[in-house]
Amino acid sequence: MNIEIVAFGIAKDIIDGKMLNISISDSASIGDLKKHLLEQFPAFKDLVSLSFAVDEEYQKDEYLLKENQTVVIVPPVSGG
Amino acid sequence: MFHQFQEDDFFMEDNIKIEILTKEINALELEQFVANPACGGIVTFTGTVRNSTKDKKVLRLDFEAYEPMAIKELKKIAETVFEKWAVRKIAIQHRVGSLEIGEIAVVIAVSCPHRKDAFAACEYTIDTLKQTVPIWKKEIFEDGEVWVSAHP
Repeated sequence: MNIEIVAFGIAKDIIDGKMLNISISDSASIGDLKKHLLEQFPAFKDLVSLSFAVDEEYQKDEYLLKENQTVVIVPPVSGG
Repeated sequence: MFHQFQEDDFFMEDNIKIEILTKEINALELEQFVANPACGGIVTFTGTVRNSTKDKKVLRLDFEAYEPMAIKELKKIAETVFEKWAVRKIAIQHRVGSLEIGEIAVVIAVSCPHRKDAFAACEYTIDTLKQTVPIWKKEIFEDGEVWVSAHP
């Protein structure tokens, strides 16, 4: 299935853009997507943390993705 | 009466005001929002752009936010603050875009009947904001730029 990735902060530099479409197995979870991204973009391994959001909420590794869902990569935050 | 409306970068109730802004923040305006006859203490935290990091000269900071989620996460912090302390009103504004040295990046104003709750609630709010709210800053140096806190 297709998943749309949106990146912020350093994640934009790592994927070299604001958006990216990824093709992943139909039953994939956030954890699977994370594994996929770490393989495709090893620079994510160097970050302090790597979180993901769907529908404007943080989601855990077990969260199951759906076709054409938008997933936001949340690299370590640094507001304030 | 309870007025509530929500947009991309703004959340407002009678006792909560949250905003992500591209224009200058006015701390006084937030203090006026939280001021309340039942309150004897208002604590305001103002975060400004420092001219150096680890002895290295900083030219400016670039902030960006995932705005709808940032508003949601800030709202969660505000709700927790109301549960934990005797807070009457809270206002949080965070700026995005390019900020020069000395400019205000964030202001948090909290009003409480007594000052101790106001200090504790304000400190909790800025500490939690830095941990959970999807806002990022990049330090711009003379010889390069770095996303803050991204690497160990």
